[in-house]
Amino acid sequence: MNLNATLVAQLVVFFILAWVTMKFVWPPIVKALDERAKKIADGLTAADKAKSDLAHAEKKVVEELRKARESATDVRASAEKQAAVFVDEARAEAARIIAQAREAAEAEAGVAAQRAKEALRDQVAQLAVAGAEKILRKEINAQAHADLLANLKQELQ
Amino acid sequence: MSTGHEAHAPTAGEYIVHHLTHLNSTGHAQTAIIDWSVWNLDTIFFSIAMGVVTLFILITAANKATSGVPGRFQAAIEILFEMVADQAKGIVHSAESRKFVAPVALTVFFWIFLMNSMDFLPVDLLPKIWALITGDEHAYLRVVPTADLNGTLGMSIGVLLICVYYNIKIKGFGGWVHELFTAPFGSHPLLYPINFLMQMIEFLAKTVSHGMRLFGNMYAGELVFMLIALMGGTATVFGFLGHVVAGSIWAVFHILIVALQAFIFMMLTLVYIGQAHESH
Repeated sequence: MNLNATLVAQLVVFFILAWVTMKFVWPPIVKALDERAKKIADGLTAADKAKSDLAHAEKKVVEELRKARESATDVRASAEKQAAVFVDEARAEAARIIAQAREAAEAEAGVAAQRAKEALRDQVAQLAVAGAEKILRKEINAQAHADLLANLKQELQ
Repeated sequence: MSTGHEAHAPTAGEYIVHHLTHLNSTGHAQTAIIDWSVWNLDTIFFSIAMGVVTLFILITAANKATSGVPGRFQAAIEILFEMVADQAKGIVHSAESRKFVAPVALTVFFWIFLMNSMDFLPVDLLPKIWALITGDEHAYLRVVPTADLNGTLGMSIGVLLICVYYNIKIKGFGGWVHELFTAPFGSHPLLYPINFLMQMIEFLAKTVSHGMRLFGNMYAGELVFMLIALMGGTATVFGFLGHVVAGSIWAVFHILIVALQAFIFMMLTLVYIGQAHESH
């Protein structure tokens, strides 16, 4: 264990190594580690944000579902109401059409009856004339008694 | 490992002494306790080699560093990086100083860990290879730079210089001189010399103990490996079994020492530099 100039050499080597480490080793590693720490911190923040966003979205989904269900109920109720209105209207229309048809039929029937009555009257008059003719064959002249027959026909009306 | 158990085999003492002698610029063992004209070539070579490996690993990690998903290598380096950065943050409170101090701590930790790890190589492996390369069977080579007091004191004096730098930077030169004379006992002309003496002793003790602690641990560890290798060198069944069992146990235990001493050196570096930031 003798001392000699090796000591000075070692001293110089010591400072050279320390300087190189300070210049070329320490800064890049510090930079990388700090950047990684920041990345991780950012990642954690993003994860937290994503989690809260998810919770928010789920809440929104529930809310939307509830709204949709409510509006579906509304739509159904109004549709039912409208359907009822349609049915009523249709029913009223049908009743109106039926009444109209009945009226028209009645009117037509009245006209027909009138016509039948007139036809009958003619026939009755003819029958009466024919009957009277048969009874009065000889005495009655259709031409001579035309006025009489016309009067009779008038009376039967 | 072979310990050179030949006909003219060295005695145990010679073996140990041989393995504890540095390959230096003079070519033979240094006799004077302090001789500034001598360089330990093995310590310088292996510490620079380990320094290059350290920088290679760290720069590879730095180039690969991304803010995305890290690979295993990157994650491993990042774990150590975070460990050092956290310790630095807890001890040195100036963010500006940490830009230099934290890389120093990281470098020190990696570098010392690798230099200590040279102890895991079989004690005779590299010296034998070196002897074969040089053709000199008595060529000296020590492979653990931290088991050389020059290596560890070189680093601890480096830490001392950083401490002085921050003392002056934070407190101003006048402020620091004022502190040297008035702390720890208080501001009184009679106390100035005592305070100054205490401060000097403190700096000396910090620096010497800082370097000596690492040196002592690694030197002792290396010595134990050599003693265990001597057991195998007897080439008996008992010696062989003893070498395998004791060598395994000590190597496993030494993993702890290697990592722990690197960590302690790094922590003390941070603590001393942190103290330089605090005013008494």
